[in-house]
Amino acid sequence: MTTTLLTLLANDELVPKWANWNMFPESNSTFGPAVDGAFNFIMWVCIFFFVLVCGLMVYFMVVYRRRTPNDKMMSSPTHNTPLEIFWTVVPSFLLVIMFARGFAGFVDMRTPPADCYDIKVIAKKWSWTFQYPDGTSTNELHVPVDTNVRLTMRSDDVLHSLYIPTMRVKMDVVPGRYTYLWFKALKPGQQHLFCTEYCGREHSMMITKCVVHPTQPDPNGNEDALLNMDFPQWLVYASDITRNKNFMTDGKFDPVKAGAELYKTKGCSACHSLTDQRIANGGPPWLPLSHALKTGEEIQLQDGSVKADDNYVRESILAPNAKRRTGYGNMPSYQGQMKDPEIDAIIAFIKSLDK
Amino acid sequence: MATDISTTPGSHTQPVPPQTEPDYLHVSSGFSSWAFTLDHKRIGIMYLIGVMAAFALGGVFALILRTELLTPGPTIISADWYNQMFTLHGAVMVFLFIIPSIPGALGNFVVPIMLGTKDVAFPQMNLASFYLWVGGAIFFVAALLTGGLDTGWTFYTPYSTTTSTSVIAATFGAFILGFSSIFTGLNFIVTVHTMRAPGMSWFRIPLFVWAIYATAIIQVLATPVLGITLLMLIAERALGLGIFDPKMGGDPVLFQHFFWFYSHPAVYIMILPAMGIISELISTYSRRHIFGYRFIAFSSVGLALLGFLVWGHHMFTSGQSPAMSVIFSALTFSVAIPSAVKVFNWLATMYRGSISLATPMCYALAFLFLFTIGGLTGLFLGTLVVDVPLHDTYFVVAHFHYVMMGGTLIAFLGGIFHWWPKMTGKMYNEFWGQVSSVIVFLGFNLTFFPQFILGTRGMPRRYYNYVPEFQSLHVMSTVGAYVLGLGLTIALAVLIHSLMRGKKAPNNPWGAATLEWQTTSPPPLYNFNYEPVGRDPYALHEMEYDASIDGYKHNPELAKLAPAH
Ligand code: HEC
Ligand SMILES: [Cu+2]
Ligand SMILES: [Cu+2]
Repeated sequence: MTTTLLTLLANDELVPKWANWNMFPESNSTFGPAVDGAFNFIMWVCIFFFVLVCGLMVYFMVVYRRRTPNDKMMSSPTHNTPLEIFWTVVPSFLLVIMFARGFAGFVDMRTPPADCYDIKVIAKKWSWTFQYPDGTSTNELHVPVDTNVRLTMRSDDVLHSLYIPTMRVKMDVVPGRYTYLWFKALKPGQQHLFCTEYCGREHSMMITKCVVHPTQPDPNGNEDALLNMDFPQWLVYASDITRNKNFMTDGKFDPVKAGAELYKTKGCSACHSLTDQRIANGGPPWLPLSHALKTGEEIQLQDGSVKADDNYVRESILAPNAKRRTGYGNMPSYQGQMKDPEIDAIIAFIKSLDK
Repeated sequence: MATDISTTPGSHTQPVPPQTEPDYLHVSSGFSSWAFTLDHKRIGIMYLIGVMAAFALGGVFALILRTELLTPGPTIISADWYNQMFTLHGAVMVFLFIIPSIPGALGNFVVPIMLGTKDVAFPQMNLASFYLWVGGAIFFVAALLTGGLDTGWTFYTPYSTTTSTSVIAATFGAFILGFSSIFTGLNFIVTVHTMRAPGMSWFRIPLFVWAIYATAIIQVLATPVLGITLLMLIAERALGLGIFDPKMGGDPVLFQHFFWFYSHPAVYIMILPAMGIISELISTYSRRHIFGYRFIAFSSVGLALLGFLVWGHHMFTSGQSPAMSVIFSALTFSVAIPSAVKVFNWLATMYRGSISLATPMCYALAFLFLFTIGGLTGLFLGTLVVDVPLHDTYFVVAHFHYVMMGGTLIAFLGGIFHWWPKMTGKMYNEFWGQVSSVIVFLGFNLTFFPQFILGTRGMPRRYYNYVPEFQSLHVMSTVGAYVLGLGLTIALAVLIHSLMRGKKAPNNPWGAATLEWQTTSPPPLYNFNYEPVGRDPYALHEMEYDASIDGYKHNPELAKLAPAH
């Protein structure tokens, strides 16, 4: 009897539609059923106890309301041990079921299967970088549908946390160690990806997208051509910005356009302004740099000076500590995170600022 | 229980003698008579004013935060200001308000009287605890004025060791406040053990005192860990000692273990005293002997001890090992039981009672409703697989506000209204008191219920900007916060009006049976002008209403009509 009751309580297939009070956004990963089922189960336990407690409370308030200050005291017990034991033990059974359901799903979440597609994640104030096995890196997470994907995450500075609500996954990104997360997406489409561990000023702007690509290009799918590509096709496309349709002007690659986009997606905008105003705790503003590049002026360093040219900019991006400017802190290196055409595009963009 | 009471000689035959000497408010006057007072009642009053001021400050921060969240983008303040506001809102509310509120203000005032004694065991230490609180508050304000604080009240490393704000001043403030808390706790433990009136056996101690006693145990055992943790944080920042920062070979997750080792038990420092108040209120205003006295008393102690074993449930997604998360999840469910036991016993107390809807009871009923929601939603967070998506979202924010604000603050308000006539000797306007409770209740739910939905839909906490799809729920929550602010303002106005215009309070306006109601309102300097004797604190049936004084008197005749057990 009890075992049938327990399986009944734990079997989500048997839950009729009207009784599904799960409030999560629609699930898009294989974890959905475990999470949503447990949520709904707890929800009903809560509804039951809430109605019981508040129902009795309101009922007593009405039925036993005080009529005169010296109401006759009704005789009633002041304690009842069997009753106490009853209401201690019975809810405990429900708690055991909750724990067991939470446990089963959790072990699955924390055990990546052997055949995972590996993506590296680097979190830093305040942007995400996702690196694919072929070396391509993006600031949005792109994954193939129906494939086990494992994220190996590290942080360059403080704690961050990667959270994709539709995938039901979340894991802190901790400096000084790797943390892992895995999931398998069920449907193509894009969803939010948030940072959920407070990390400073732009914490709430550490939002990006998780894009799930279909197995086959889908011409009738989303309007956005990018979303309709299958994953390998997208990867080829993403690895080469010069073929990116978004960066074309009159059918030709426009490095300034690409640079403007990279400025935002690579996170330069958090520290470098496009005017001559400094961003607090950031790096040098880019308008004066643009001017210097045009005129070939010398730039003052902590020791000596350097002629402003393409090489200086390139070095500043790949090895920022090689030449230190006075009055500024450190810049994180982008070595391995930016390809040559991207650096070219950024340089073109910086140059275009001083009109 | 009634039988062993009637065997205590003299326990029923003592009418409160009329007041001859001046009460504690009038025995002396002038600034230094308060500033250097050793009277637990005056210290309680000073604490009350202090924590209410802190609450007002934290409340203003909250309203600014909610206003900022009206729109998805920038609304009234910058991101930096927002981060400072939510940090200080949390830090002020937790360290300056909730933790000291009930023990410091109400506990100080009532515990010694409830025990039938003249004062706490160490009056000087009690005063020192208050001044440490003031010192801590000064450091907090100094942090606010000198660069602010933007780490969140949790001070997580390595953000807290690298940000440019005044982390050292604030943590030092919290460090000092920890000592204030330890002093209060130590005092209560010794007082309860050694200073009870004759006849006041352990099971005649009112449940509020049991709750304060259990709280004191946690204060004394857990707070030192917070002190050490904060010192390590200061050492890392000031001296570059690598304890938590991986760049220096430290471990940031270690900080979280230390922090929650204190801060989970601290949740019980915050909620146990509130539960104690509720036990008093429900029984008094239902005119019913409390149901299951021993179970409530032991569940307080049980919570205090179990509370030490569950800190890791704040870290299911922190990178701690999955095996550890599993153990902590299992232990976490064990703390659900004692809280549930209390709720059932309170309900059973109301059964067949004579329920008055006086202001304190309105707050107590609001507590029952809100705390039930707060407690039940904890089940979602204790369940591993469900906590993963909910962790660090608005679901958690809603959950702990239901427990901390819907629980502790509401009980605190109920307690203030309950003991107000005793503390000030003045009655307040009952109607407006009730109105305040209803507005607070409605405003509270409108503020925080939408946050459960927000969190489940994926809204992370500590976000200055957010994606537009969350806006309507945020607007609801903000409107709720304004309503809540209005309700609390009305409550304050009722109290201030009472101070100025309130009519004189009788000794026992509510018909309560605990000892603080068996003395004059307000009490004399040494609390009683006769030798009090411990008796069943819940023999409410022995109290008889007397219209001529608009209050209750003890009628020994009624003792014989003791209700069945
Ligand atoms: C965390 C803040 C930060 C981010 C993000 C950042 N930088 Fe910097 N950047 C700095 C700082 C600080 C300096 C000065 C470093 C020094 O003097 O060693 C600097 C210097 C530079 C310089 C030399 C500027 C000059 O006027 O001398 C260039 C070029 C540059 N950064 C490009 C970039 C690009 C391109 C990106 C994005 C891909 C980027 N930075 C992202 C902080 C940042
Ligand atoms: Cu972040
Ligand atoms: Cu906890």
